[in-house]
Amino acid sequence: MESVNAESLRKTYGREKLLAVDDVSFSVSKGEIFGLIGPDGAGKTSVFRILTTLLLPDSGTATVDGLDIIKDYERIRKRIGYMPGRFSLYTDLSVEENLDFFATVFGTTVEENYDLIRDIYIQIEPFKKRRAGKLSGGMKQKLALCCALIHKPEVLFLDEPTTGVDPVSRKEFWEMLKRLKMQGITILVSTPYMDEATLCDRIALMQRGHILSIDTPQRIINAFPDHLFAVKTGDMYGLLRALQSNKNITDSYAFGEYAHVVLPPSGISPEDVQAYLQQQGVAGIEWRKADVTIEDCFIKLLKV
Amino acid sequence: MRTLKFLLQKEFRQILRNSMIRLAIFVMPVVQLIIIPLAADYEVKNINLAVTDHDHSAYSQQLVSKITASGYFRLTSYNNSFKEAFKAIENDKADLILEIPRGFEKDLIRENEQKLFVAVNAINGTKAGLGGAYLGEIIKDYNNDIRLKLVVPESFNPFPVIDITSSNWFNAEMNYYFFMVPGILAILVTMVGGFMSALNIVKEKEAGTIEQINVTPIKKHHFILGKLIPFWVLGNIIFSIGLIVARVVYGIVPVGSLPVLYACISMYLLAILGFGLLISTFCETQQQAMLIMFFFMMIFILMGGLYTPIESMPGWAQVIAQFNPAGYLIEVIRMVVLKGSGFRDITPHLVKLGIFAIVLNGWAVFNYKKTS
Repeated sequence: MESVNAESLRKTYGREKLLAVDDVSFSVSKGEIFGLIGPDGAGKTSVFRILTTLLLPDSGTATVDGLDIIKDYERIRKRIGYMPGRFSLYTDLSVEENLDFFATVFGTTVEENYDLIRDIYIQIEPFKKRRAGKLSGGMKQKLALCCALIHKPEVLFLDEPTTGVDPVSRKEFWEMLKRLKMQGITILVSTPYMDEATLCDRIALMQRGHILSIDTPQRIINAFPDHLFAVKTGDMYGLLRALQSNKNITDSYAFGEYAHVVLPPSGISPEDVQAYLQQQGVAGIEWRKADVTIEDCFIKLLKV
Repeated sequence: MRTLKFLLQKEFRQILRNSMIRLAIFVMPVVQLIIIPLAADYEVKNINLAVTDHDHSAYSQQLVSKITASGYFRLTSYNNSFKEAFKAIENDKADLILEIPRGFEKDLIRENEQKLFVAVNAINGTKAGLGGAYLGEIIKDYNNDIRLKLVVPESFNPFPVIDITSSNWFNAEMNYYFFMVPGILAILVTMVGGFMSALNIVKEKEAGTIEQINVTPIKKHHFILGKLIPFWVLGNIIFSIGLIVARVVYGIVPVGSLPVLYACISMYLLAILGFGLLISTFCETQQQAMLIMFFFMMIFILMGGLYTPIESMPGWAQVIAQFNPAGYLIEVIRMVVLKGSGFRDITPHLVKLGIFAIVLNGWAVFNYKKTS
């Protein structure tokens, strides 16, 4: 069953008609973790705001849990949980009061759905009397997730939940999402971090309002048509310049401490490139075959 | 109803937890009500007088001491030439010059007539007008004294004279506080209610909490009511504190009934809070809301009849004043506190305030959009 279905969503902003969302269509099955992956300004938040009935699309239709986002917006609001990218709980209310408040506005109680949030809530329970504004970043995140979950939503929208969170907390957060998925909750999550993409069941790569590709992370990686190598040397700048000067190399770019070199399926061989580099005066190179990551796929898609 | 209850609980918690707001609500109005009426006094006193006496006679001495004995004037310079006295005006040491001509006493007795010259620094119009009038009165009085001495009074006045005796109603002793304190109380309720409500929704916009509220099934009118009711209650509390201060500090006991007063303030609070909420639905930041509210506050205060009567404003200004809810409140509070007006007398005001309340709140609910 489809939990979320978007068809040709379009949204422009301002007088200049800046395209924020351009012909976006996708569907998410029930109990799936679906990731919207893309850099800042790709239109992820706009898509989320349309689906959570906060923003009206210029054109296109969408349903959430089988309900139309325009006609049935009131019913949708009862069934979804939304965690905006920016911490937006009451900083002058305590942890406990925030949770109570959001439970009540959805017409439920904390006790009723405590099972759903227990795993997360016990981590912040020692601070339940503390004002939300005085919590650390990771704890704020957990509280916001609790508040978004407290009414047992069918679909959970998490807008950049891990932005600005330390790596350990990020890992923890994703483990929490996996547990929620087991409860049958559909989760839509957006993130600018490519490494988090593989943690989703399916992902949509977004750029400038467009969806470039939708599939499981593994299939997107498998669909990478070229050969990928990682190269390292003392003079990275010289290396990259040399790589870019060779027209037979499909692409090359800095990737952490390495440079990734993309070679076409047929044609120039790795040995040819190494010889070319030596001829260009780039010495002491370390060459190895690299595993394709989502980021490589994304860069590939951007250059198409 | 349960939702509203929790919204109210949340609002009260947030308001009362903020120590600056607590101070602004409970302490500042009291301080202002004690300070402002004492300081902002209509009576002009301590007018600086420069006397140029060319006569130096017993009569001129008498005149000057009569003027200084009145208590309104302070003799700051006493000299022989007008030029010197004018210098005192230029240096802001004198507000008025009284010039007594040479031969003042001699000519007054011999020719039964003499002229005095009064020059007034009219930069401050009120002070100049009142100072000149006071001085004129004192000189007239002095003139009568001389006449009594020189002329044998006849048993009947040869000229027909209308003698005026006045009596002041509702404020027999023309006590200035009786007039000002109720008006200032009205302004304080307006300021606290207007600003608090205008800043409140905007604060949720700034903090982003409104996003979270907007995805909940909370109804728009519940949300607005949740914002309105706490400030309505606080407004009534401020008003009550103000009445107590007026009684304890200034001895003002309302002549009219308290239910009439509270009916009026309750209706008024709905109107002014609605106005604040309306502004906050238009603004995105607290700074914007503050600036816009400040602009309207100035109009409410200066065109509300607190300092200058609305009736003496030009026609177009009176039309604008019609749309100033604060003006109605100031008028009604004065009517009830000083004159003892009842429900029947203030019904027109209540109806108008009611219309303000319905229009402004309705507009605020309409304008608050959960979806953009």
